[in-house]
Amino acid sequence: MNIEQIYREESGRILATLIRLLGDLDLAEDAVQEAFAAALAAWPKTGAPANPRAWLVSAGRNKAVDLLRRRALLESKRDELARLNTLAEQVADVPEETMLQDERLRLIFTCCHPALPREAQVPLTLRTLCGLSTEEIAHAFLVPVPTMAQRLVRAKQKIRDAGIPYRVPADEELPDRVETVLLVVYLVFNEGYNASAGDALVRRELCGEAIRLGRLVHGLMPGEPEAQALLALMLLHDSRRDARTTESGEIVLLEEQDRSRWHRDQIAEGLELVENALGRGARGPYALQAAIAALHAQAKSVQETDWHQIAALYELLWQVQPSPVVELNRAVAVAMANGLSEGLLLLDALQERGELREYYLLPAARGDLLRRMERWEQSGEAYREALALVSNEAERKFLQRRLAEVQGKI
Amino acid sequence: MQYLLLIYDQESQWGKLNEAEQGKMMHEYGELTKSIQQSGHYLASSQLHPVSKATTVRVRDGKKLVTDGPFAETKEQLGGFYLIEAKDLDDAVAIAARIPSARLGSIEIRPLVVRERVAA
Repeated sequence: MNIEQIYREESGRILATLIRLLGDLDLAEDAVQEAFAAALAAWPKTGAPANPRAWLVSAGRNKAVDLLRRRALLESKRDELARLNTLAEQVADVPEETMLQDERLRLIFTCCHPALPREAQVPLTLRTLCGLSTEEIAHAFLVPVPTMAQRLVRAKQKIRDAGIPYRVPADEELPDRVETVLLVVYLVFNEGYNASAGDALVRRELCGEAIRLGRLVHGLMPGEPEAQALLALMLLHDSRRDARTTESGEIVLLEEQDRSRWHRDQIAEGLELVENALGRGARGPYALQAAIAALHAQAKSVQETDWHQIAALYELLWQVQPSPVVELNRAVAVAMANGLSEGLLLLDALQERGELREYYLLPAARGDLLRRMERWEQSGEAYREALALVSNEAERKFLQRRLAEVQGKI
Repeated sequence: MQYLLLIYDQESQWGKLNEAEQGKMMHEYGELTKSIQQSGHYLASSQLHPVSKATTVRVRDGKKLVTDGPFAETKEQLGGFYLIEAKDLDDAVAIAARIPSARLGSIEIRPLVVRERVAA
């Protein structure tokens, strides 16, 4: 393994270990960078050590001691010196594997602490647990690099100054705090999956990172069926990635997707996970969405899909997460299960309430049902409404194609 | 009688002062503190970290809601305070959630700036 690979795969863990040892995120980050710099200088001459991670942790720890010593000399601060002494007392060899799980779990809870703004929780998690660089994160979220760097710096300052702890919350806190952790992972995935714009490649990488995080969270908290369900949900969605767009980047709807291009290994894993989670009583938003995704994954075609069950699952989802977007999805499932006009009635009611006025998918869904009902003029009207609201280029192209199609029928 | 003197200012204004002006103000603060310590008025004082370091706790229907930042609504007025020593923010949040007014209003947690005492 070369240093670059080790950096990619291990820097997150090394960082977690050093944060535990040093109790300071900033200092630990500097120490990780310095440790890798030392490795770049030493390994080509001495050869890579047998246990690169242990080597890097120990190098990082020594670099941190140097950094603190320099700072202490500069500012002759008493608490820096005190910290230095405790650090020097700590054993040189770090008990590796046993500590590791626990450290990363603590770090996740710190990065996803509710006292941090959401816009910082997500990048901080990617930075510290996935080892993504500030540049990569900024690129993935379409934010200028200095803005993202600023956000990360502020978050780290708040962790330090407000005393956000590095520990797993107490039992009575755990359900709420796990909810935030899962939401952060889900947001990372969605950012990649619903490519709102930008470089498709980086976006796909975000899905990969979210799945990695999901595996980590599930592995760290095997007792949480919702964590398991979230991993299942992401795998099942991600399995369709290659079939979802054409080579030129145009959207391919579920019914037109070449299902032979769905990744069967991910589906198999996702199905097993979701069945297990449901069996253990998971009925939260991730479990229900995963159950819906599982039904799609198992169906040979849109016609052979169990739409009745999907509509029922959306009904349950609406009960735990009463949002108009869930209602919209439920209406579409009802249309497929019970008939187009019944679904259209639900969509019309939703439109009258006006909550989704800015959301292009509502008129797009109406346009689609009206198209299937061969009410061409009304369908065209709905597609035009959707086009006025859509912001993503691929989706705009898709809607224009549909509009041209129905206009041709008039 | 005991009185709480609350210091309100615009955080951004402080940043606009140059180092000499900041130093002058800090010196004035030091002098004031010394003076009211000598006159027997002084009980406690501290500088707060800026609002970006704040956390707000509310309790609604028995459920604790923790959010980033100060989010007191304009219709809420400052009604009291506790100065506590807590292990970390989670510890402080747990205590804040036990304050009865957390059920009706909100409790803003502001970390204090810790300064090392200058040896006399």
